[in-house]
Amino acid sequence: MEVFQSHRKSSSNNVFVSILPFYRSAPPLEVRLEDFEFFAMDRLRVLKGISDGLCRGKKPEEMEKLVVDLWKANMRHPQAVEEVNKDIISHFVLRLVYCRTEELRKWFLSMETTLFRHRFRLESSEAQRALMSEFKLPYKAVSNAEFESVKDKLGQVARSMGQNLPAADAIFYKVPFEEVPDLVSGRRVFIHKGHAYVAMNQVVSLVVTQFRSYISKALILTNRKWTSTIREQEKDRLTPIVEALCTSYLGPDYSQPQEFGEISIKDIDQVAKTSFPLCMRHLFEKVKEDHHLKHGGRMQLGLFLKGVGLKLDDALAFWKAEFAPKVSAERFDKEYAYNIRHNYGREGKRTDYTPYSCQKIISVTLGIGDHHGCPYRHFSEENLRAALVRMGVSSRAVEDVMDKVHNRHYQLACTLTFEAVHGSSYDAGINHPNQYFIDSQRVLQSKNGSVA
Amino acid sequence: MTKEEADNGRDDMVIDVPGQANAVPDGFNANYLRIYYGKLFPHADMFKWMSYGNDGKHPGCDKSYFGRREFSFTLENDIYIRFQSFNSVTELENSIKEKCPFKIDIGPVYSVDPAKRHAYAQSGDNVFTPVERELVFDIDISDYDDVRYCCTGADVCLECWPLMTIAIKVIDTSLRDDFGFNHILWVYSGRRGVHCWVCDGKARRLTNEQRAAIADYFHVYKGNENSQKKISLPGLVLHPFLARSYTEVLKGFFEAKLLPNQNLLASEERYEKILEMIPDASVASELRRRWQENKRASMSKDDINIVRWEQLKSILQSGKQKMQGLRRCVEEIVFSYTYPRLDMEVSRHMNHLLKAPFCVHPKTGRVCVPIDPNNCDEFDPTTVPTLSQLLEEQNRGGLRQDAENEWDRTSLGESVAFFRTSFLQPLLKSCKEEIENSYNAKLQQSKNDLSWFSFGVLIAAQ
Repeated sequence: MEVFQSHRKSSSNNVFVSILPFYRSAPPLEVRLEDFEFFAMDRLRVLKGISDGLCRGKKPEEMEKLVVDLWKANMRHPQAVEEVNKDIISHFVLRLVYCRTEELRKWFLSMETTLFRHRFRLESSEAQRALMSEFKLPYKAVSNAEFESVKDKLGQVARSMGQNLPAADAIFYKVPFEEVPDLVSGRRVFIHKGHAYVAMNQVVSLVVTQFRSYISKALILTNRKWTSTIREQEKDRLTPIVEALCTSYLGPDYSQPQEFGEISIKDIDQVAKTSFPLCMRHLFEKVKEDHHLKHGGRMQLGLFLKGVGLKLDDALAFWKAEFAPKVSAERFDKEYAYNIRHNYGREGKRTDYTPYSCQKIISVTLGIGDHHGCPYRHFSEENLRAALVRMGVSSRAVEDVMDKVHNRHYQLACTLTFEAVHGSSYDAGINHPNQYFIDSQRVLQSKNGSVA
Repeated sequence: MTKEEADNGRDDMVIDVPGQANAVPDGFNANYLRIYYGKLFPHADMFKWMSYGNDGKHPGCDKSYFGRREFSFTLENDIYIRFQSFNSVTELENSIKEKCPFKIDIGPVYSVDPAKRHAYAQSGDNVFTPVERELVFDIDISDYDDVRYCCTGADVCLECWPLMTIAIKVIDTSLRDDFGFNHILWVYSGRRGVHCWVCDGKARRLTNEQRAAIADYFHVYKGNENSQKKISLPGLVLHPFLARSYTEVLKGFFEAKLLPNQNLLASEERYEKILEMIPDASVASELRRRWQENKRASMSKDDINIVRWEQLKSILQSGKQKMQGLRRCVEEIVFSYTYPRLDMEVSRHMNHLLKAPFCVHPKTGRVCVPIDPNNCDEFDPTTVPTLSQLLEEQNRGGLRQDAENEWDRTSLGESVAFFRTSFLQPLLKSCKEEIENSYNAKLQQSKNDLSWFSFGVLIAAQ
């Protein structure tokens, strides 16, 4: 049987190269059905490992090592040819699995891009240059004369990042700033009149951006192909495998509150004290204190409450009552009610929004007056300690938690807090505030025989 | 300028009698707005701007362009209507005059006329989605409440307004020198801040990701209540953008103006905020000790803030300080007080709506006039024309026949003239060139395509 090809046949038979594939086209290979599944699962282990690493806030050097280890453990094959084939096949299978919704596509794109970024960095500079020309990046190296004229600015940029001054023969590329958004974002390049001066070692960013953009478009195309032809055509063969792969690896998204069904408005105060993770407790306290929350906070807390089981009417009543000292009922109905209904999928494009996972919450950028995000990351040490003490965490446990925070293991810090507050151990890590809530309620119920 | 009256139907406006200068009472209401939109609001200029040269005169023009732009109106009684679109200047003008919006917002240019959006899908090929939008910034002085003691919240005075001035300088310089943008419009928001519209073609076509990257490039101040350290400048030296901002704008302003005017080091409560930013507790204690001993400016006639700042700098910048965190401490303090605090969310997404220039602010009655970035030191928010003032001037100016436009009889004339000469005309010139070049390139391309096609047919036919 043939592997499904989501693009036209590659004209070159030369799949047998030892460099990084760009997954431009599905190779004309024959694949056994079981390999179809196993290759995909092995790759998924790599991607999930990367996802975990990112959640734990691992630094780039740590991620690089992680990628190497994950790849070695799951994707290696004694014959280079076989390894490349597995690489390509597993990628294309996972495209089928992860093309089907916006959330899945985002996740897959993010993990594959991270994987690619680290693998590309590990290539030799000749290999990197070759890959760059394959992507047809038309960027010219900066001439010697121009280099001389901007040398000290380039030096300033390097030193601002704690790096050495560029060597006299260093190669720089001049590219439009639009092509390197992540370098611009982190002020890691010198920009002048719309051009960014990119160091050779940063060239990775250029290529990764191209890769990301390409895969993003490919996923949309794949989705179309899937819904229009493949799913039906392959309903007895590939489709069940693809659908199983997805559900077996995706954690619950907490969009449909399960066990405890509903929480009513009168229960909230009580469960907030006992079962909310710190991020939501803080938001909850702030809304009671200030009778207001900025948009980011309203989204984070609002969606969490939805996942907890608060029905739309109760949600509207809750926010309206909390805002009442500052916002009149009419103003509330005009300015805030719409967004709450929007979150529950009753307005606009009727997407039922899912509560934010820890990964998403940790990665937000806070503005002035914001209270959302992850306290383990965003609070100062002093404020975090105080908050933990208010939660009832013992001083010894606070030290353990702070130790995790200093090492940027924010979710582990939250897990330790859970353990300290509930007096029980928690083996799985916390990945989602709603997971914290559900497990907290479970622990309390088994202790008291009643909910909270 | 006096405070506005509550807009509870103060429509007892005095009818003008020819020859008599009749006072127009302060206020903001539908009647005043009707006259404003009828005679003063520059509809044609707004239309020309939003058309970006697509006036139909060149074959390369996109006649659908203006009609795909979203406007939104906030009417009296807070009624808000989105997805308004117009196909001509007349439609735009008539709709504004008829509806008399209390606020007009400008949204993106969509792939299709917003009025037809329901016929299009959410995803796939045939979508309703933004395709162009100016790069915009919004700076609000209430985000600086922790560093200004003269005013809070919505109030603004000449002591604290300079914070906006330096924000303009820093961002404007960077947009031009670093990013290469040329067509930039700065506008007073009418009460307590400024908006920036970057209108180059390249800017309008930026993706959300690219906008976020630019916003992040400008993002230095990362404060909120719970985090103590709001500015962190690691690294041995500053990035050229930050270094330039510091030496050309921020340092001078902080030391000469903000420090003495806001008395940042004069009292314990205020200097503690600065001492908190010094990571080395022993240095902070040393300074605290000195300042507690000298509660009054003793020997020197110089301002106590300046004296104390020099002491602080000399300790922190002395060669003796080896601790990593102290190297940039002085800059961090200056940045945390003066560096622009942008509203990141406004800039990141193409579909974010922003108030149109030349609207009138309902709470202050002031017109959202353009600000010249090259002369922003001279801009005084307390003397910006108000709606009632303009109507009064317009009444008085009734006898002048030589003015071409109504607004030239009023203080608004200056603003419209500036808008045209400094912004609109250069922009339109550049747009025309772009349209021409793009058109010629397409012609050339199709010529090339045709030649290949015929070559291919030739080969195939053999």
